Amino acid sequence: MSFLSVKNLTLRLRDNRAPLLRDVSLEVSAGEVHGLVGESGAGKSMIGKAVLGILPRAVEIAGGEIWLDGVDLLALPPAARRKRVGGLAALIPQDPLTALNPSRRIGPQITDRLVDILGWKRAEAEARALDLLGEVQINDPARVMRQYPHELSGGMRQRILIASAFAAEPKLIVADEPTTALDVTVQKQILRLIAGMQARHGTALLFVTHDLGVVSKVCQSLSVLYAGRILEQSTVRDFFAAPSHPYSAALLGATPKYTDPEGSLTPVPEAIIAGLRAEIAAYDEAHHG
Amino acid sequence: MAELYTVENLRLSLADMTRKPLLGAAPRIEVLRGLSFSIAKGEIIGIVGGSGSGKSTLGRALIRLLEPSGGSIRFDGQDITHLGEEALRPHRRRFQMIFQDPMSSLNPRHRVGQIIAGPMRLHGFDQVEARVVQALDHVGLPRGFAQRYPHELSGGQRQRVGIARAIALEPEFILADEIVSGLDVSSQAQVLRLLEDLVRELGLTLAFISHDLSVIRRLCHRIMVLYRGEIVELRQTAELFADPQAAYTRELLEAIPLPDPDQRWI
Repeated sequence: MSFLSVKNLTLRLRDNRAPLLRDVSLEVSAGEVHGLVGESGAGKSMIGKAVLGILPRAVEIAGGEIWLDGVDLLALPPAARRKRVGGLAALIPQDPLTALNPSRRIGPQITDRLVDILGWKRAEAEARALDLLGEVQINDPARVMRQYPHELSGGMRQRILIASAFAAEPKLIVADEPTTALDVTVQKQILRLIAGMQARHGTALLFVTHDLGVVSKVCQSLSVLYAGRILEQSTVRDFFAAPSHPYSAALLGATPKYTDPEGSLTPVPEAIIAGLRAEIAAYDEAHHG
Repeated sequence: MAELYTVENLRLSLADMTRKPLLGAAPRIEVLRGLSFSIAKGEIIGIVGGSGSGKSTLGRALIRLLEPSGGSIRFDGQDITHLGEEALRPHRRRFQMIFQDPMSSLNPRHRVGQIIAGPMRLHGFDQVEARVVQALDHVGLPRGFAQRYPHELSGGQRQRVGIARAIALEPEFILADEIVSGLDVSSQAQVLRLLEDLVRELGLTLAFISHDLSVIRRLCHRIMVLYRGEIVELRQTAELFADPQAAYTRELLEAIPLPDPDQRWI
């Protein structure tokens, strides 16, 4: 039984009913790292947001089920749903600067969620935050707890958000492009850290990224998305040995590789895009027309 | 080949406002610590380094958005190190910049046509309308895009507008500062291909700043690796990748995740 099971999820915009996700299904087992890959606008972040119940107001769920640890979240009333998700899942956001409140110290930004939503005692929450800051290799955690976000580097801020995500021992973490804003050497440290924490805590990870290089390092399985449709689902081994969808192969060809300059950075061919558009149009025709 | 830029012992320091005492001057941070190199006409040079290495500061000094505190920069034979704004104006058209974030470098209230036309009007170009059309053609955007606003475009299209605005002035040198780091891989590939073609077609000289060596490999003839404001390596691209000399270059290379599950990495 999968820990997370998304079944036939369809999302659309409230005002013009334009579909954002089209009949998306995926399964993630306990402790598994699953990559969601696609271009901007493909809907990969939307899947994570739907699971966590943090979709923008303009987006509505038009159909489908989201099962988390044996319960269909979409069948629960909102308050019960928030409580269930809050106890089981957490987010590592993309931009570490906008995700932290600039006018508040780091400490309460980690502990508030534990105290207010999960009902921990403040002293307990603070001890836990100190432990976790140590675990994400922050020197002098007690001092960092008293600092403000602007006093810290991008890599430090991302470490804090990772500590914060793991704070309540969630069983699932959605990591939404957690290293896109960082340079390559810091990216490597942060990915190493996330992978290590994930393995130690046995957390399942839904890893949203457009970088197939990153996927090949941290994920065990992946889904490739285009325009809200899943084109291919596979294990990482099988995918990189031989992607089955022509678009996946084109995406691999577009990925920069310093070991093969001629064979990389090839734009996705127009013919493949045209084929995908026709597929999507046919799908929309069949489901809404 | 003739040199477009000759840079000697370039130094640049900035005031560290985070450590400024209540009274008195802020301490200075040495961002560039004595760089010497040249850029040939028609060359594509890559400038690589981590955050804080000084790569953007170097770029901004080359096009004199910043004034060096020591050393010299010669552009096409003329010393521009300390030229004042008035004296720089005739040169400004000749070196242009493409910015990292196209959303914040394109005026959201102006249509694409106005955005491209603005600098041309400022520099007294004639036939501006026709040149806007030509610039859109060059970057592969439909002519109708002149009527659109930046928010109506995708990230890759916005970056093309930034390129169109720069090339419309018929510059000799273009500085591209992390222009693909905000784009996904397929738009990245398109923008880099476009830049590669334009440089050849228009005979441009290009400095391409990035933190990612794999993006730079295909495009650049030579690569400069910066670390804490100093050049640790400056060599032909193929040589640098075949046999990186500086420890920092190797560190940068090893940090890149290749799309290959068998690469030893973590």
